[in-house]
Amino acid sequence: MLSRVANHIYWMARYLERAENTARLIQVNTHLLLDLPKNVTLGWEPIIDMLSFRDNFYERYSQADERSVIKFMVTDSQTPGSIINSLAYARENARIIRDIIPSESWEQINNLHLTLKEDGQSVLTRRHRFECLNRIITGNQSITGLFGGTMNRDDGYAFLRLGRHLERADMTTRIIDVRSASLLPDMSAEHSAFENIQWMGVLKSLTAYQMYRQEMRLRVNRADILEFLMKRAVFPRSLMHSVMQLNKCMAELPNRETVCNEIQSVASQLEELDTRSLKQARLHEVIDDIQAGLMNIHNAIDEAYF
Amino acid sequence: MAIRWGNYRTGPFYDELIQAKNKPRPAAAQLCSYLRNLSDKDLEEYKTAANTAIHVMGITFTVYTEEEGSIDRAWPFDIIPRVIDKKEWLTIEQGLKQRVTALNRFIDDLYNEQKIIKDGIVPESLLIESKNFLPECIGVKPKHGVWAHICGSDLVRDDTGTVYVLEDNLRVPSGVSYMLENRHVMKRVFPDLFEKYNILPVDDYPSQLYDLLSQMSPREIEQPEIVVMTPGIYNSAYFEHAYLAQQMGAELVVGSDLVVKDDDIVYMRTVEGLARVDVIYRRIDDAFLDPEAFRKDSMLGVPGLMRAWKAGNVALVNAPGAGVADDKVVYAYVPDIIRYYLNEEPLLPNVPTYKCINKDERDYVIENIDKMVVKPANESGGYGMLIGPHATKAEREKFVRLIRRDPRNYVAQPMLLLSTAPTLIENKAEARHLDLRPFILSGSDIQVTTGGLTRVAMRKGSTVVNSSQGGGSKDTWIVDMEAE
Repeated sequence: MLSRVANHIYWMARYLERAENTARLIQVNTHLLLDLPKNVTLGWEPIIDMLSFRDNFYERYSQADERSVIKFMVTDSQTPGSIINSLAYARENARIIRDIIPSESWEQINNLHLTLKEDGQSVLTRRHRFECLNRIITGNQSITGLFGGTMNRDDGYAFLRLGRHLERADMTTRIIDVRSASLLPDMSAEHSAFENIQWMGVLKSLTAYQMYRQEMRLRVNRADILEFLMKRAVFPRSLMHSVMQLNKCMAELPNRETVCNEIQSVASQLEELDTRSLKQARLHEVIDDIQAGLMNIHNAIDEAYF
Repeated sequence: MAIRWGNYRTGPFYDELIQAKNKPRPAAAQLCSYLRNLSDKDLEEYKTAANTAIHVMGITFTVYTEEEGSIDRAWPFDIIPRVIDKKEWLTIEQGLKQRVTALNRFIDDLYNEQKIIKDGIVPESLLIESKNFLPECIGVKPKHGVWAHICGSDLVRDDTGTVYVLEDNLRVPSGVSYMLENRHVMKRVFPDLFEKYNILPVDDYPSQLYDLLSQMSPREIEQPEIVVMTPGIYNSAYFEHAYLAQQMGAELVVGSDLVVKDDDIVYMRTVEGLARVDVIYRRIDDAFLDPEAFRKDSMLGVPGLMRAWKAGNVALVNAPGAGVADDKVVYAYVPDIIRYYLNEEPLLPNVPTYKCINKDERDYVIENIDKMVVKPANESGGYGMLIGPHATKAEREKFVRLIRRDPRNYVAQPMLLLSTAPTLIENKAEARHLDLRPFILSGSDIQVTTGGLTRVAMRKGSTVVNSSQGGGSKDTWIVDMEAE
């Protein structure tokens, strides 16, 4: 496989995954806000922080209200990680390698991008938002299924999954980081009833609620949620699962030593983690370390293959 | 009922489907009666279905404009097909094979013995002044003596029904992917028509192309490494490059993917390291192929590619220098070229062509410029042309100056009354001018596509069919009437 092509497959997968995760995030935040009392100002700012876009946002918007943040995150072509841009980059990468990927998947990526481009305004109203974001989520799920059902299990597929899982792991760390931080500023007693709802929100951002229930069989609580999202490989959006998938992909690729070492170091970090004794400040540090570890994996892949 | 053939006007032109008022040609009779029975609503639905298919399949082409740079446009497509009787097609096919055989002999001769010049059939000045003659290619002998492996010849029909060759594209002819995709769209939209008609299939082109390319491999191995080389995604034909690579299962490469080592062998950079390349179907112009040999500023090419080709370590398809024969001045000599090499009369006529390089012919062209189509020798895509009858006085005067300054670079042809075919314009069938570009593959034997790409000028009265200038296209049906 051409190095350049492997690079495009990898980035196509990353951008698709990023678009889907961002859509999930906004979806859940919208629902969450409906359940919270009016005087709880959870608001939309955490969403911007989650993707480290604060400066970029305030350059162009004065206030982090719902409409601005949604516009910024979904349809604004000047936001580097907006969904429309993620899909445009995914499309551009796919376009360059449309001779490699199954042609239906190119059609679907193209279509997904076009649909949001033409119909993006509908996301601004709560009434149509669910449908619009859901199209992106299910769209990417069906593209993922198409890849899975029609692509040869060769190097290309390995790079596709590398991109997907690395991006997913990265998004998961971001969601855990910002969500848990915004929860903590010790809630007064009258609001603690809503803490559960918010932790459920964390789970739901990752479609993890149902699976959490099945796996952990516990009522919602912080330590178990962190355990589940970070360490339990059984859940396909957990950090451990993504990292183990990375390892599996590598088994098929040549020249893999340095990349595997980097993956192993993140895996060890996760294994050693004791979520019960993890205080908020420490959690933030741990997540920083993991993100740095993911970055190292990316750099090693880039160095070895592209 | 939306399409009433009684209202369809063909004017002074030969119409591909309609013979006379209300009277379809035999091969088109079924199609015309099918269309007549469609309601406005049906037509609307079919059009929408076709557009959706094109949109979703991402069939695009890229247009350059000075203001906007390059943009992707959906492929403009007319749902009324153009129909040709297989019997007529077979004679055209023979003519194309004859023509391309002679052209390849001609190119091979020019780069080797130059007998045709020594025998005084074509003037030496033609060669010396040709921009596409590459001295670097002298003495090279490609496999099977083939230089132009893939040729796209443009055919037109005049008011008498005669089919002419308008030009031969021997460098990097494009359009074949649209021919294939047009058929896919039609099958999605009109499956019932395909059941009724005996329409010959077109979709074996990619496998024929693959076979041709592997034949050209310098290494006799089971699975030679074949790549399609593209200038990149901003090229107007990028869609096609990717499409063909995909259909053949070949790597689609850009220049930076390839490297020529000191051993004069071409390699591509892969995730497993360097891998040897045997055949390059290159879709970039000669000038950009190799900065070591040609344009030093080319970012698209591969340094050392010519070295590797001349050493016989890689096949380039089409061969560098093949363009010497698609020069529009050389075109004027093609009938003589056919007679010279094959000792046969040309089966397909040329459009009468005046060579401005000859004083008598030049004077005639300048005197009659309002009746002429003037073409520069080396442009393609309809750029830099003058259509005398439609041009302003200032445009004509500009071309007279251009011709006087550089007569070698211009030829002129009388304005042909191009044939038309019914084309759907706002749910009415109107006559629009069209041409046909079949593709001819030459290796150890010669194969011609079944039909080709029909391009249609969508603007009323226009004869410019290039997609970059508002042209559209139609599916082309070769119909076997004897099997009906």
